[in-house]
Amino acid sequence: MNKMKRRDFLLNTIPAAALLPEVINGYSVKAFNSNSPLVQALMRGNTLTDHVLVIVQLSGGNDGLNMVIPVADYSNYYNARTNIAIPQNRVLSIAGVTGTGIHPSMTGLQTLFSEGKAKLVQAVGYPQPNFSHFRATDIWMSGSNSNQEVYSGWAGRYLNYEYPDFPTGYPNTDMPDPLAIQIGSTTTLTTQGPTVNMGMSITNPTNFYNLINGTTDPAPNTPAGKELSFIRQVNQQTQKYSTVIKAAANAVTQQSAYPANNSLADQLKIVARLVAGGLRTRVYMVSFGGFDTHSVQVNAADTTTGAHATLLQRVSDAIKAFQDDLRFLNVEERVVGMTYSEFGRRIKSNSSTGTDHGAAAPMFLFGSQIDAGMLGVNPTIPSSATVNDNIPMQYDFRSVYATLLEKWFCLEKTVVDSLFPPNVNSQLQSLPLLKAGACSGITPPPPTPTDVVITNSPNPFTNSTTIKFTTDGGHVLIQIIDTLGRVLKILVDREYTAGTYTADFNSEGLPTGIYYARFQNGIIQQVRAMMKVR
Amino acid sequence: MDRRDFLTARKRKKASASPQPFRTNSGINTYTGPWTEQEIVHLLKRTMFGAKRADVNYFKNLTMSQAVDELLTPTAPQPAPPVKEYATSGNATTPDTNIIQGTTWVNDINSDGTVQSQRRASYKKWWTGVMISQDRSIREKLIMFWVDHFGNEATEVGNANWIYKQHSLIRQYALGNFKNLVRDITKDVAMLRYLNGYLNNKNAPDENYARELFELFTLGKGPGSQYTENDVKEAAKVLTGWQINGATYTSVFNINRHSTTNKTFSSFFNNTVIIGRTGATAGDLELDDLLNMTFAQQEVAKFLVRKIYRWFVYYTIDAGTESNVIEPLADIFRANNYEIKPLLSALFKSEHFYDMLNRGCLIKTPSDQVIGALREMNVQFRPDTDWDTNYGLWNTFYSWMVNMGQNPHDPPNVSGMPAYYQEPNFHEIWINSDSLPKRNQFTDTMINSGYARNGFRVQFNCVQFAQGLSNPGNPNDLIEEALRLFFRNDLSAQSKAQIKTQILLTGQQWDYYWTNAWAAYEASPTTANFNTVNTRLKSLFQYFFNLSEYQLA
Repeated sequence: MNKMKRRDFLLNTIPAAALLPEVINGYSVKAFNSNSPLVQALMRGNTLTDHVLVIVQLSGGNDGLNMVIPVADYSNYYNARTNIAIPQNRVLSIAGVTGTGIHPSMTGLQTLFSEGKAKLVQAVGYPQPNFSHFRATDIWMSGSNSNQEVYSGWAGRYLNYEYPDFPTGYPNTDMPDPLAIQIGSTTTLTTQGPTVNMGMSITNPTNFYNLINGTTDPAPNTPAGKELSFIRQVNQQTQKYSTVIKAAANAVTQQSAYPANNSLADQLKIVARLVAGGLRTRVYMVSFGGFDTHSVQVNAADTTTGAHATLLQRVSDAIKAFQDDLRFLNVEERVVGMTYSEFGRRIKSNSSTGTDHGAAAPMFLFGSQIDAGMLGVNPTIPSSATVNDNIPMQYDFRSVYATLLEKWFCLEKTVVDSLFPPNVNSQLQSLPLLKAGACSGITPPPPTPTDVVITNSPNPFTNSTTIKFTTDGGHVLIQIIDTLGRVLKILVDREYTAGTYTADFNSEGLPTGIYYARFQNGIIQQVRAMMKVR
Repeated sequence: MDRRDFLTARKRKKASASPQPFRTNSGINTYTGPWTEQEIVHLLKRTMFGAKRADVNYFKNLTMSQAVDELLTPTAPQPAPPVKEYATSGNATTPDTNIIQGTTWVNDINSDGTVQSQRRASYKKWWTGVMISQDRSIREKLIMFWVDHFGNEATEVGNANWIYKQHSLIRQYALGNFKNLVRDITKDVAMLRYLNGYLNNKNAPDENYARELFELFTLGKGPGSQYTENDVKEAAKVLTGWQINGATYTSVFNINRHSTTNKTFSSFFNNTVIIGRTGATAGDLELDDLLNMTFAQQEVAKFLVRKIYRWFVYYTIDAGTESNVIEPLADIFRANNYEIKPLLSALFKSEHFYDMLNRGCLIKTPSDQVIGALREMNVQFRPDTDWDTNYGLWNTFYSWMVNMGQNPHDPPNVSGMPAYYQEPNFHEIWINSDSLPKRNQFTDTMINSGYARNGFRVQFNCVQFAQGLSNPGNPNDLIEEALRLFFRNDLSAQSKAQIKTQILLTGQQWDYYWTNAWAAYEASPTTANFNTVNTRLKSLFQYFFNLSEYQLA
């Protein structure tokens, strides 16, 4: 099963004498008969794909502004957070991108950018951001709006769509493997389906190696210890996926090198092994914590080092080792990964050499099928940032999820829309994250950064200002957002034919300060900063 | 059913046993060690279904001796009998239309098969409910012990009125006199039916009950029990003549069917001769002689003590345990004329019972798992007047026990539940690749959705449980205190830290995130604040209940 080709993978699941129609996305193979009852069964509500998504959760609220530095706006950046700012000449460049760089400890990620295997999405967030870890984490995992309680996870709903009867009748010959695997934690909201959790968890790497080696943790030499060992053994045997996991793990005899003392690397190493070993599991989740850097985020003597730097280095090294291992194991084209954190941090640093909870932050995507480079622009940093200023969102995180579901897991757009809470839908964008042909759709080219499609005049303004926007047609959404990231007003939310239009923003009753007009039209989005003065 | 057929058809096979860990030489001297929450939880998990926090706190104010005395001296009234929660059957030939729903069926003579099938279900639901709302004593656990000891199968007996009567008899004697219990259960209608006593007549004596009387109920089949096949035949003759009055549901003695000859027993019984009586009292008189003869054997006390030991302490009885615990307890049992209370008192006050090596080593039965969990999580039901909701919900929990392999009053056969006798694995039989996932599924379901009937939902309320702890705002204290109630075996500090970080803090580093979330909920119990703490507590408890440690008591 080592170094399995895609075609071999498919052949293992379907009898040889069948032909699939070309409409099945995710494969370039035409070898099977769509009239076969088995294929019909597979096609019913089940998208055939060998694509894998790896979700890397950075817990605590990662300081995106020190991870991705707006070099083109360096002086504002430096003024806002002098005591923790990364020196301009130490910022690492991103291949094919000017004006934006990454933290000096992320050399691994820099290499991935050069190899065309990494994407940076700027300022990902959502309206009315929540600054509580617990609530914000739930929002990111469920895909809910800020004011909604949703008790299932976005990946859980996706898996429930693909495998509607789970767990009844699972495992089976069509899907003998876990639907999702979480390593390093317990099953989270992300994979919670409408009734059951769709994933299984391997609480820590030790448990994984115990499972595949058939060992249990030591127990005291007492009657209680004896019974405990007995029960643990039965537990292991009854882990209904233990057989397939062991088989997959044993199919991989060698992996490339991973950094030591890196718990994220430990987790990703297991993921690579299971993917290469042949599990049909589509979603893997790993997590890495410690990002809640309220204080001593950097070493004062050298701001490129310190707590945050160490965390980012581990993330970068782990992901690089993982990507290299996927290539070594010949499964690189099957895997896409993403990083996220429940929120970014404040633009202005605090006096404890740290940062407090913020709003939007950048996400990384990685993989050989990623459309490399940067999506979005540097966030606007106010020239005199106050403690209340936050990075406004350029992209809604639900759009990232939706894009992965549509362009990587090859779902119909209508299906994707149905997996998110209703009033999110008008804001779901299909973003240019994947290479063309990852599914059979064609990815439209991203807009060039120099096209300005939204302006306002006068700016600054006292009472009202006229916003002018240009569209190629389709649905246009313009939101007015304050510096805390709250959507104050939806100025425009309707269909247009191609042309240039205006809309007035009346700021009666609102305090002076910066307001953002966020324009969204198809895949195009731009944020215009507007200043209200006395 | 003739158990002999069952046995010869399927040989008991010895599976390979895991090596025996260190056993203790402690005996029945009164325990004088610490009396802390740990000892109380240990005592309650063994003598009751689960250790409810309220009960644990109650016993903290008593000494060990006082606590055991109270557990052995129930003052609560016996529960009201089961009621007709089922609808009058449309299929029955003689439906019990005369019994109004919500009133009891236990005194109503109706032998229609369909009606009795409904009543058997009713009995099972009722008994489950009784155990869930057990009084603060050993009573319900002990009743389950005796029901299993006498191993009748309700489905085989068929008539639920008879089964309920047997249950009531056991309930009456549970903490009373064992010898009298055996005497009365010999004449019990359900027992007569189950072990063919009602067919046992002088022309063709049926040995079924006689055999089980010796082998299963009084003497056992160990080396100290040397009764012969002829003893069984003679005992069968002693027991001839009993019949069931189908019109009154009582047992009657028919001298015409009774063997009036003398019955001679083997040297094991000191060559006792039981004089054959004539007349209406023959049955009772000869039975008394039979029991006097049997109970004169030292082995009876030892046999019963070993059964009690396996039920309440551990299944391994090595030479040390036999001489330090079983024999002295047997002496006490005999000296007290087979009153059960002095025996239990000595056991639960002994050094041996509180020995560290005897803690946390019993695998929970399905009833411990289901009923214990419901009690520990304080699940409340409806008032008695809402029998429809209650019986419906109790049925769900009864079904779970059956699902996990235990059907109260319907053991696989008259030997009772294999967990208590099957060498060499005993209670490890409860845990296999089918039953263990079901145990986890039960607690998962009770945490995530529970069950609803008539708009009333029963579910584990994790927030409420946390509120009952002494310091739920501190995540470390919360975990410690919860684990002290749920687990008998501690987790490592590392595991606890990992659990705290991954679950209560959902990946965050700082304890105060939990503290603040809890404080926010207490200050303002909005839906959002409730959900924040509830989702984490649910994950926490689900994780605890899925760990192997949770299966031990």
